[in-house]
Amino acid sequence: MNQLETISADNVIVVRDLTKKFGNFTAVDHISFEVGKGEIFGFLGANGAGKTTAMRMLCGLSKQTSGQAWVAGFDIAKEAESIKKCIGYMSQKFALYEDLEVWENIRLYAGIYGVPDKEIAPKTDELLHRLGFEKERNALVKSLPLGWKQKLAFSVAIFHQPKIVFLDEPTGGVDPSTRRQFWELIYQAADQGITVFVTTHYMDEAEYCNRVTIMVDGRIDALDTPKNLKENFDAKNMDEVFHHLARNAKRND
Amino acid sequence: MAFVRKEFHHIFRDKMTMLILLVMPLLMLVLFGYALNTEVKNSKFAVYDPSHDEATRAIVEKLQINNYFILQKMLKSQAEVDAVFKTGEVAMVVVFSENFYENLLHGGKAQIQLIADGSDPNTASVITTYASTIMGNYQLELLKVGKIPYQIFPEVKLLYNPSMVAAYNFVPGVMGMIILLICAMMTSISIAREKETGTMEILLVSPMKPLYVILSKAVPYFFLSIVNLFTILAISVFVMGVPIAGSFFWLIILSLLYIFVSLALGLLISSVVNTQMAAMLISAMGLMMPVMLLSGMLFPTENMPLFLQLISDVIPAKWYILAVKKIMIKGLGAEAIILELIVLAVMAIALISISLRKFKIRLE
Repeated sequence: MNQLETISADNVIVVRDLTKKFGNFTAVDHISFEVGKGEIFGFLGANGAGKTTAMRMLCGLSKQTSGQAWVAGFDIAKEAESIKKCIGYMSQKFALYEDLEVWENIRLYAGIYGVPDKEIAPKTDELLHRLGFEKERNALVKSLPLGWKQKLAFSVAIFHQPKIVFLDEPTGGVDPSTRRQFWELIYQAADQGITVFVTTHYMDEAEYCNRVTIMVDGRIDALDTPKNLKENFDAKNMDEVFHHLARNAKRND
Repeated sequence: MAFVRKEFHHIFRDKMTMLILLVMPLLMLVLFGYALNTEVKNSKFAVYDPSHDEATRAIVEKLQINNYFILQKMLKSQAEVDAVFKTGEVAMVVVFSENFYENLLHGGKAQIQLIADGSDPNTASVITTYASTIMGNYQLELLKVGKIPYQIFPEVKLLYNPSMVAAYNFVPGVMGMIILLICAMMTSISIAREKETGTMEILLVSPMKPLYVILSKAVPYFFLSIVNLFTILAISVFVMGVPIAGSFFWLIILSLLYIFVSLALGLLISSVVNTQMAAMLISAMGLMMPVMLLSGMLFPTENMPLFLQLISDVIPAKWYILAVKKIMIKGLGAEAIILELIVLAVMAIALISISLRKFKIRLE
């Protein structure tokens, strides 16, 4: 089979038998899946299941041991530089510069992604308005509450209108209501046609995704819509689905 | 470029670090200039002189003419020597042998014993060196009496102007150290900080070239080092009175090269450490200590065991300090520092290529 055939216009991410080994330890074990354009794709798993490692390979931060993957039509092994231009990334630490002001952070990242100078200022105003952050424009990031930083970090990650945004456990450490507000931003982004690839270990978030994969011990044990998953496993919610699968896990953390 | 501006923001917003970086050179100059000064002035001494003849009187007088020594008391017996040291009244005791002058004239051999308080070995060695030099000169005078009696004295003064000698020694040393500290330590810490906060990850995911990320980190520290370089030079010239005897142009060229080497060293450190703490420790233990002890800044390398000398050869600061001394103090031209320039250039190229190779484009 010609691998390239699977890269249709609808699939922005295609993964085939992707594997990552650290010595004898297989962090990601032959995973395969596709993600469609504009989809919110959830990547679930306990800590240590291999979520972050898989995502880092797709972002070009880590090199696969074997297997192949295409992101936005580019081969992750050979065309990492092209991929970098059309993705956004937000890590667990939602890394903003704490000692820079809000607008300086926006300008910095916009500049790094090559957004033209003329566009930066009006887009910054618009963004701050949408988030309700006008007053905090000149505040240092370290003075903001955690939930605000996360929203800002997400907005900065999609400021350059990437095709795909990768979110690595973006909502760690905040309460469910703040998480819900954050997910409204994710839906807005998806409406604009940005594909969202999100890892999480909060099961309530899994319900918000279009499709969900559940990783156990580096493998993908389930991949479907939240609704189908619940039916297949005869579960009331995603939490039960997850526990059903995770029971067989050998790795604990 | 936006990224370089960001680096300046990091530094200027961190007031404490900024202050330390700008004040540290001053503090070090003051510390080395005054606190660690090896200059010994007005040392009190006592004399036990059983012969009490022309020669001994002349020597004691010679010692007193200098402002290094003040005669505190004459001792009446050998036993008193111990006593004066115990009370701490004097730093040195001069003991003449019996029939000193006669022995000197006839046997050509006379004995003087210089006793100093060894619990402070630095001071002790300095004052005994002064004293023996003064006596050596007296001896020369005796030989040349009547011919050119006063020729020797001015030379002594020049050689033993201690504050000058001290400043000559430590100004190049402080320059070598400050530049290394700022370039190597601060650069590596600031890169390690980006790794800690996770911003490095974001930068590596971005289309920005890793090389640019690193270079823009180095730019502000490059400027800071230049500011410090001029501060140190200004203070040493105008306050400490150390002249720049040689070419200012070559001094700056040399310093720029050294700054470059230090930055490369900082990049190398940052490519192997992941935390600010580790970067700090490696810089402090791996750079500061060897530079202080082995670069010739405090202790001359010539007297070290061979293997330590070999270690000191790979310390960039040693070559820089050597070359600075040649240009600044001895006033030699560019041709005198060709070796040092070559060594530093080779180090720069080697360090840069190693650290670029080590710098991970992909985080593993």
